[in-house]
Amino acid sequence: MTAAREPVLTSGRASLRRRIDHGVKSLAQGRLGRTLVIALPYAWLLLFLLLPILIVLKISFSEMALASPPYTPMLQWVDQRTLSLSLHLGNYAFLWQDPLYMAAYLNSLKIAAVSTVLCLLIGYPMAYAIARAPSGWRIVLLMLVILPFWTSFLIRVYAWIGLLQANGLINHLLLSLGLIDQPLVLLHSNFAVYLGIVYSYLPFMILPLYATLVRMDLTLLEAAADLGAPPWKSFLTVTLPLSLPGVIAGSLLVFIPAVGEFVIPDLLGGPDSLMIGKVLWTEFFSNRDWPVASAVAIAMLLVILVPLLLFQRVEERETTEPTR
Amino acid sequence: MTGRRPFWLFTALAFGYAFLYLPIVTLIVYSFNDSRLVTVWGGFSTRWYGELLRNEQILAALWLSVRIAAMNATFAVVLGTLAALTLVRFARFRTRMLFAGMVAAPLVMPEVILGLSALLMFVTLEQMVGWPAGRGMTTITIAHITFTTAFVAVVVQSRLSQLDGSLEEAAMDLGARPWKVFLVIILPIISPALVAGWLLGFTLSMDDLVIASFVSGPGATTLPMVIYSSVRMGVSPQVNALATIIVVVVSTGVVIAGWLLHRQSRHSQS
Repeated sequence: MTAAREPVLTSGRASLRRRIDHGVKSLAQGRLGRTLVIALPYAWLLLFLLLPILIVLKISFSEMALASPPYTPMLQWVDQRTLSLSLHLGNYAFLWQDPLYMAAYLNSLKIAAVSTVLCLLIGYPMAYAIARAPSGWRIVLLMLVILPFWTSFLIRVYAWIGLLQANGLINHLLLSLGLIDQPLVLLHSNFAVYLGIVYSYLPFMILPLYATLVRMDLTLLEAAADLGAPPWKSFLTVTLPLSLPGVIAGSLLVFIPAVGEFVIPDLLGGPDSLMIGKVLWTEFFSNRDWPVASAVAIAMLLVILVPLLLFQRVEERETTEPTR
Repeated sequence: MTGRRPFWLFTALAFGYAFLYLPIVTLIVYSFNDSRLVTVWGGFSTRWYGELLRNEQILAALWLSVRIAAMNATFAVVLGTLAALTLVRFARFRTRMLFAGMVAAPLVMPEVILGLSALLMFVTLEQMVGWPAGRGMTTITIAHITFTTAFVAVVVQSRLSQLDGSLEEAAMDLGARPWKVFLVIILPIISPALVAGWLLGFTLSMDDLVIASFVSGPGATTLPMVIYSSVRMGVSPQVNALATIIVVVVSTGVVIAGWLLHRQSRHSQS
């Protein structure tokens, strides 16, 4: 066993020594402060952010086992000399074949996309109105948008349970107005999930939209009006294109967390509002299947990576653009 | 625009704010309801507040959450500020892309993934080096620091990038060492961002259910975990009372902070 490990260790030691030498040299050059400033957050993130994800990746390739921890090791010493590497792809095949997981991924994407559009439809007029309000009012209006975000997320979701349940306020109101004969099923439905997501993430849509709309050069609108454009036309050809960075930023800030949402589908959703965050939770806590939960997580990361890279490109364009 | 404010803008704002605030307002109103049922108004009463204050489980969870949140916010401000300094001031070093990516990643990663990965890492570490022994307050705090550092870094970064570099250059020209420049010039200027970052870190930690549920162990139940388990049982007037207290405390804090920032920005302009 030691014979097989020795060469790896020595080469590791050599490179480590080189690194230490390099570090000492840079310290001697009076860059101690700089090195420390970089090293502390860097080491923390490597250890507590990157390493955990690599571990998830590793466990997603192992099999569930009745052991502690409950999965098979990836590297194993078969006899004294051979190190066997087993990459178990079964979990990913399982995700691909079992209709439950595919349905959960697709449903998450659908719910997140529809919620994003709804947030945009509600948030754009609000952001527009705030950006065009008298400047003294803007800070107050904006603070009113941010305030719910600072109060507990869980409690804001909880507030809807009291409103939506069968003997809740909305049904009570509709019944007493005589609009319905018997209570509507509002809670534990897809409707409630949409409502919860839009409600919780609306501030994330409004803030970036406001930021782009308030920076807009209003003389452009005057010019459009002078040239005879009706308001709707100057909105479509001037305001909307100029606010596009805000639309994209806000949409991603809503869409990405909504895809992996757990609390809202769990508390407000019904049996058919299947979402991938909830599937991962169940797989881990109820089924105690760590490898499948890990594979679900890795697949979720890949799904989110696409809009993420898009976001990064927009960000880069934003920062390279000359500021007016 | 010409002072003409279309009617529909008012309508959009009115509906928008009604949507944002009606649920919170009903929550507060019904915390003073004597009846246990949400639909029945049983008269004004503060009995749920009394029961809440005698609820040992909730008080213990609150105390644990406050300790975790305060510790988390403090560490996250240090790490987040260092990360922001690195990203804004040290433009070039090898593996900068990796670092920038790691700083930003928690902002867009679903909580379930952050929680699962942190737990699996703690389990692996415990197996390999025997630390952390079991899970509880320490593991929750570490996991929280990791994701709130990203938020602090964003806040501090935006303040740092607005900073006038000539001040630092002048101080360096006059012979100040880099750490002195940081203490005397950069730190005072970014201090509002540090306060904002600390409050953000505190709030995010107090509010987190998912990550804490993954990395918590027996005996370490945070406030969101208690709220979650009682909410799953259905509507509870005690949670309404707790929610009301949280909303009042947070609103007061936000209004005071907003007022201070407003005053400060006016002060610095004049």
